[in-house]
Amino acid sequence: MTANPAMTIEQVEVRCDALVGAAAGSLAGDARAIGDELLAMGEAVLEAWLWSKGREPTDNQTEGFRLLALHRQAAKGDPSFNACRETCREIVYHRNLIHFDEKLGDADRTARMGAMVVLHLALFVGGKLRESGLGEFCCSSRGIREGARVAQERATSMTQEI
Amino acid sequence: MTGKHKNVAYYPGCALEGTGHAYNRSTKAVGKELGLGLVELKNWNCCGAMEVKNVDPKLQTYLSARNLAIAEEMGFDTVMAPCNGCYHNLKKAEYDLANDQPSREVTERLSSKAGHKTYEPGKVETIHALDWIKDSIGEEGLAMRVKNSLKGIKVANYYGCMYTRPRHIFPEKDKGPGSESTSKPHFMDDLLAAAGAENVDYPLKTACCGGAHALSDSDTSTKLVLNLLTTAEACGADVIATECPTCHSGLEMHQVRAEKVLGRKTSVKILYFTQLLGMAMGLSPKAVGVHENFSDSMPLIKEKGLA
Repeated sequence: MTANPAMTIEQVEVRCDALVGAAAGSLAGDARAIGDELLAMGEAVLEAWLWSKGREPTDNQTEGFRLLALHRQAAKGDPSFNACRETCREIVYHRNLIHFDEKLGDADRTARMGAMVVLHLALFVGGKLRESGLGEFCCSSRGIREGARVAQERATSMTQEI
Repeated sequence: MTGKHKNVAYYPGCALEGTGHAYNRSTKAVGKELGLGLVELKNWNCCGAMEVKNVDPKLQTYLSARNLAIAEEMGFDTVMAPCNGCYHNLKKAEYDLANDQPSREVTERLSSKAGHKTYEPGKVETIHALDWIKDSIGEEGLAMRVKNSLKGIKVANYYGCMYTRPRHIFPEKDKGPGSESTSKPHFMDDLLAAAGAENVDYPLKTACCGGAHALSDSDTSTKLVLNLLTTAEACGADVIATECPTCHSGLEMHQVRAEKVLGRKTSVKILYFTQLLGMAMGLSPKAVGVHENFSDSMPLIKEKGLA
């Protein structure tokens, strides 16, 4: 297991934007590969989160998908991570829709929609990573925390002055 | 539909007195139109929202428990909270008081200090506005009252992240047919479909809106909201229906901000589900507070014959 995921979160965002913005109908031909890519990108996002926390991403699978196992691992001890639980399940769902659509009749739209779901996961986790130094992303109270820190610094400063 | 929630205590919460006033207005208007009794809690306080919970979760439990104690004192066994944050916090308090001794001790101590009875878990059931209408009137009852069908309006139902999470504080959900699902919530879909709306399959219905960071980290929130909006549009939605004032305000504000800061314009409209239901029952846009929304949905409302 490498500490460097196959893609960074920023690269995932760029790739998702490209898929969403691709010309109409152009994704159908490669839809099955794109379906697998959606899963891989989701995994890369969660791997980045786990490595940032000093935890080795699991290779296990939940319900047949590593992405779901990674989500479960990431959410352990971090309830706010459950805010992306269904997002991960939707990625799996879109990948499955493509794979079980034998004629790929709706594959272009499904792949595009799947990319939007992966983008949401990337934005959510990317935001959490940026904010992790300030506390929980969900329900965070940066103002209060900063206020408390500033108040403490002022109190210390005043005590020293006195 | 059980008819069991026809008369309930009403806990609007802080947001519905401010940015979510349209939700307050439309909830009351819909309740009145449906003949449902809503009695606002006397002297209610903040549920502990996000800030208190982050600093001291047990204090949040007490704050929510005090509201439940007031409901009990007023003779109600059910309190309805339309805001996802309030609904979540009251449910969490109920769970913590039933399962966490330190939470019970803190609530007991603070209740005694404040001079009111300590809330005992199990006395008052907390429900959401969706449960309230679904259980008391149901889809059939609602369909019978529709005067202006929402037919032709494609709706993406957006539930946000707190309505179903964490699963363990919602023991009544995931109980099979008729109950709400935590993985695929559908109560709002059911009610709006009964009013004639065409629900689209929206894959981000429980995804994060970045609401907690609407002010402190606007860029992340704007990108998250923009993705919610563009995905809804890609699903073919004319409207995103909301059932949480934080989500609603975030969607409206960041829709504008996405255009200003990122140059990304989206045209999907954002309305509370109670506003859509109210207009379907023949109430005017003003009666359900459309004029209090940040975004302008009137062109669509007129085009669809709801005004």
